[in-house]
Amino acid sequence: MMTPVHYYRCLRGIVWREGLRFVNQRGRFVAALVRPLVWLVIFAAGFRFVLGVSIIPPYQTYIPYEEYIAPGLIGMIQLFQAMQSTLSMVWDREMGSMRTLLVSPLPRWFLLVSKMVATVAVAVLQSYVFLGIAWFWGIQPPPIGYLTVLPALILSGMMLSALGLFISSAIRQLENFAGVMNFVIFPMFFASSALYPLWTVREANQKLYYICMVNPFTHAVELVRFALYEQFNGEACAVVVGALVVFMGLAILGYDPGRGLMVRRGGGPE
Amino acid sequence: MDRSSPKPEAPPLIVEKLSHAFGRRQALNDVSFEINRGDRTMLLGLNGAGKTTLFSLITRLYNHRGGSIRIFGWEIKRKPSEALARLGVVFQLPTLDPDLSVAQNLFYHAALHGLPRREAAARIEREIERVGLTDRMHEKARTLSGGQRRRVEIARALIHKPKMLLLDEPTVGLDIASRQFLLDHVGMLCREEGLAALWATHLIDEVDSAARVIVLHRGRILAQGPVPDVVRDTNSASIRQAFDGLTGERGE
Repeated sequence: MMTPVHYYRCLRGIVWREGLRFVNQRGRFVAALVRPLVWLVIFAAGFRFVLGVSIIPPYQTYIPYEEYIAPGLIGMIQLFQAMQSTLSMVWDREMGSMRTLLVSPLPRWFLLVSKMVATVAVAVLQSYVFLGIAWFWGIQPPPIGYLTVLPALILSGMMLSALGLFISSAIRQLENFAGVMNFVIFPMFFASSALYPLWTVREANQKLYYICMVNPFTHAVELVRFALYEQFNGEACAVVVGALVVFMGLAILGYDPGRGLMVRRGGGPE
Repeated sequence: MDRSSPKPEAPPLIVEKLSHAFGRRQALNDVSFEINRGDRTMLLGLNGAGKTTLFSLITRLYNHRGGSIRIFGWEIKRKPSEALARLGVVFQLPTLDPDLSVAQNLFYHAALHGLPRREAAARIEREIERVGLTDRMHEKARTLSGGQRRRVEIARALIHKPKMLLLDEPTVGLDIASRQFLLDHVGMLCREEGLAALWATHLIDEVDSAARVIVLHRGRILAQGPVPDVVRDTNSASIRQAFDGLTGERGE
């Protein structure tokens, strides 16, 4: 019989493995850190004088562009981490690691949630390392902000990794990471408030504005942005929680042995 | 009485009237067989015979549509947890994480089965010693040869002490020595520890006369039983001849 202690050991094992994988793949560790830093140091510096940022909540004063995009770059870290760790299970040696996970006697929904928790743990760690480096670059939110941002990081990370799991169960076309970048990461990242405040988008293009507003990534970024400045954005929180529930439900359905897409996909090539 | 609670002496694996289709393609058709303690059963079939589908159903990657699969009496669809806890699996494709060490891969598997760390350490040590890889424990799986990785995968499949072992074409791509090692190792496990093994293969020369055989062809079982019986019943001189006669095709 599986008791709570079995569940705990299983969760711990899955998180531990995700951490090890991350540390052991040094290239991935460095890439995950360099990517947002390049945006912060080069892109933001270049656009600093192009985009004027007016005073919008949660900020109380004019802020430099770097400071505006820092939460968006944390969102980017989480988005990459979520897609990488969930989708890699599918194409890494044709579902090899996914299959070892799924023959565990623990319930499948629990295995999927554990995988999400593991993904988020790594993403949160990365986010703090990024914030630490950004501090030296002048991105210095209030000290309490580093604490209040934690629940926001966990929530938005869970939502994004649930999305990744759902995609991994549903889509077989995305055979490599380039496909995911083009069709998931870039559209989500650019059609959001990560790089520009939405009022500027609204002035430029009303349709794009609506797309940004229904993009859950926008709300993940806003949740993090407000939390980093010790404020709570109720609307963003509600959207992120709602999206988390929907994506998680879809992922669990997708991996359900009775009806999921696993059934249609079959056991791979014979 | 609870129909789902099995008798203690229930056989390791009973497959009854199993059928499964992908869309209009019938992958398995009315497949029935039973595997008992200590049985080493070779599931022999050409590529596309339905071996991988059968394994996917027994490991509950997805549910079967018709028939039943019971592992030590536990129906896999209704009691997946009880059934999977008693099953060890070696997949056709390599499933070790190349970036983790051998030990880390094995501890991960132990955690997936909810084993406490100390107990896991003892079992890992024992299983890895039996496949002769103790000195490679802390090396990354990436550095191992194909044969060595397979040995680690067999050790891994046994860590939670299952009494039923599934192997899906475990020797594909291995050299002769590694192949022989696996065959001997699984033979020993069945003989000495009463483990039941179902070993899928398309290589007829892996089927020796001490084993049982199930000939699967286009989703149907054409013959099953101890190898000498199947050879005799088909009036053949060898299992190879029996297979060719049954399927009307030449096996490898």
